[in-house]
Amino acid sequence: MNTTNIMIVGVGGQGSLLASKLLGNLLVGEGYDVKVSEVHGMSQRGGSVVTYVKYGDKVYSPIIAEGEADYIVSFEKIESARWMSCLKPNGKIIVNTQQIDPMPVITGKATYPSEVLDALVRDGVDVDSLDALSVAEQAGSSKAVNIVLMSRLAKYLDIPYDKWIDAIKSTVNAKFIELNLKAFETGYNL
Amino acid sequence: MRKLLIGNEAISRGLYEGGLAVVSSYPGTPSTEITEYLSKYDDIYSEWAPNEKVACEVAFGASLGGVRSACAMKHVGLNVAADPLFTLSYTGVNGGMVICVADDPAMHSSQNEQDSRHYAIASKVPMLEPADSQEAYLFAKTAFELSERFDTPVILRTCTRIAHSQSIVEIGERVEVARKPYVKTPEKYVMMPGNAKRRHPIVEARTEAIREYASDCIYNRVEIGDTRIGIITSGASYQYVKEVFGDSVSVLKLGMVNPLPDTLIRDFASKVDTLYIIEELDPIIETHVKNMGIECIGKEKFSLIGEFNQHTIAEAFGIELPKYLVPAEDEVVPVRPPVMCAGCPHRGIFYVLHKLKLNVLGDIGCYTLGAQAPLSAVDSTLCMGASVSGLHGFNKAIGRDAEQKSVAVIGDSTFMHSGVTGLIDIAYNESCSTVIVLDNSITGMTGHQQNPTTGYNIKGDPASKVDLEALCRAVGIDRVRVVDPYDLKSCEEVIREELSVDRPSVIISRRPCVLLKSVKPKPSLRVDKDKCKSCKKCMGLGCPAISLKDNKAVIDTTLCVGCGVCEGLCPFGAIE
Repeated sequence: MNTTNIMIVGVGGQGSLLASKLLGNLLVGEGYDVKVSEVHGMSQRGGSVVTYVKYGDKVYSPIIAEGEADYIVSFEKIESARWMSCLKPNGKIIVNTQQIDPMPVITGKATYPSEVLDALVRDGVDVDSLDALSVAEQAGSSKAVNIVLMSRLAKYLDIPYDKWIDAIKSTVNAKFIELNLKAFETGYNL
Repeated sequence: MRKLLIGNEAISRGLYEGGLAVVSSYPGTPSTEITEYLSKYDDIYSEWAPNEKVACEVAFGASLGGVRSACAMKHVGLNVAADPLFTLSYTGVNGGMVICVADDPAMHSSQNEQDSRHYAIASKVPMLEPADSQEAYLFAKTAFELSERFDTPVILRTCTRIAHSQSIVEIGERVEVARKPYVKTPEKYVMMPGNAKRRHPIVEARTEAIREYASDCIYNRVEIGDTRIGIITSGASYQYVKEVFGDSVSVLKLGMVNPLPDTLIRDFASKVDTLYIIEELDPIIETHVKNMGIECIGKEKFSLIGEFNQHTIAEAFGIELPKYLVPAEDEVVPVRPPVMCAGCPHRGIFYVLHKLKLNVLGDIGCYTLGAQAPLSAVDSTLCMGASVSGLHGFNKAIGRDAEQKSVAVIGDSTFMHSGVTGLIDIAYNESCSTVIVLDNSITGMTGHQQNPTTGYNIKGDPASKVDLEALCRAVGIDRVRVVDPYDLKSCEEVIREELSVDRPSVIISRRPCVLLKSVKPKPSLRVDKDKCKSCKKCMGLGCPAISLKDNKAVIDTTLCVGCGVCEGLCPFGAIE
């Protein structure tokens, strides 16, 4: 089926839920058929989490399997490598360079592969990395990392800037609209 | 109005529009949001029950009273509610009744991957299975009519990929349904042998009537394409089939998975050259089709295990899969298992249990994570409540030696669900068992639902609160101790004492979940590098906020909530 497939991957608690909600609202507003799929529960306690967003004329399967993602938006550095097999060979990974140590690294059973992005490039992946945490802090709050990453995705998707702004306004809590708009703008104009 | 809804919200909208008046549930992933969304409607009654059996019986009572009712649970919850279910099939309903059950193939958040369709067959109750949110909404809304028309409860089954996937729903308006009068009909509702014997033939006739109905109903449909391949499928599997084949093959898409529509199946099978049955988990449809004497291909090509996706289907038909990049062999990404949060009150108890090298019979909740390294403190996890009753059996088998070295750990909500009955067994049949109730004042793992110990109801309004200490004493436990899990020294002392006495005891470890809004985090702690002697004692806590840098402990100030457990543990006073 001819759909655009986006994966949002990260660590439980990083705020990927709002990012997928924003994308969902945006794409429904654009008149697409949309499916957004995520798994709640145990894995959310600091575990590796993944959300699938698919849109097009008609979406059937809610899942993105190996070699099917047009974009992977990774909220954490090594999560991009964990899910790389899902990427289309000509797909793109947008990755936040933030490092969050998983428990085996914390306990010393494993080491954090800090050169992971170089390795991805060597493996032939189209990587677009940014320090979204700093951008978010600069915009006013570290919690806006999700919006900063969405602003980077916005540069690649064929959806007008204004539509993103409208979607942010209709998705986020009224109290945080200004902050999130600033984060989006800052990220978009990097 | 077109809205993007997760399956569970779509179900709640459908139930609401269908005239639901009473819903009672126990939380369980991936079913929880059905009831959470329903609780937002002020014109219906909603509640969290102590367990699924109670929830199902509350829904029964509401139906008996003449209103449309529902309950929702995860697949293993239906085991708990199975007792009322099987006889509800005999009594039938007054107001329509829907039992929502969510299966979890691939066990994203469960202890097994049982197939709930067995229950529909065994209890002789119709079961609907939607394949996206629009169907979830529609099936939920119309299930009440089905229930009332055939005088039976209806099971609405989903799986994780339907319950937690969002797709577009065209929502409508609520149907106001007047309460049916309650008329005493003991021959229908008093299921003692004489009456039940007269009800059973009615149940069998009902199944055949619904089977007939199922061949021409809104739930099942035939999509004819190329007739060389015919596929019978349902639920999420239908979406994977369509993703691979589009409209190019013929599909019998079942929305009612019990009873199965014999006429429709026979007719469909006669039109296609080769018939495939594609269903996750057990060969329910396949077995039925084979029993009808129709040749088909099923589990020899499609696994009994886990969930499918489009590639599972493509591969089985020899269709080439998309190419993808593979990492070079030396690039190993460390696994990222779920962990207890920084400041989690469960951590202190598990640290002590690990230190004392005790046998720990565990239970279902966030604290199941106490089994993970480095705490590695849990010996068994079976089902809700099994820690308490299991410990009693374990101690009876091994005797005093086990009693002095073994404990049960169970959360407040799980203790209410089915732990207290095990405790009654301990008191009544006298084992010197030590039960630790991890009271974090909330149902944690499923995302913070209230329960009978929290003092609040589903809407967050003040409610009656179970006094855990008084409850334990009332069932016959004289030794009830309360500890603060942040105070490792007193936890260790109390656990040692209670294991040594030859009386059964309960230790209540009391401290609210740090993720609760009412819990204000304290300032982050920090490590004095000069004082840190790299003994790594603090690393034994498995706190995600503590890691090693240049062999010295460092604390992530964005994660640390200042619980102070590591501070108390450090022999060199390096954490402050």
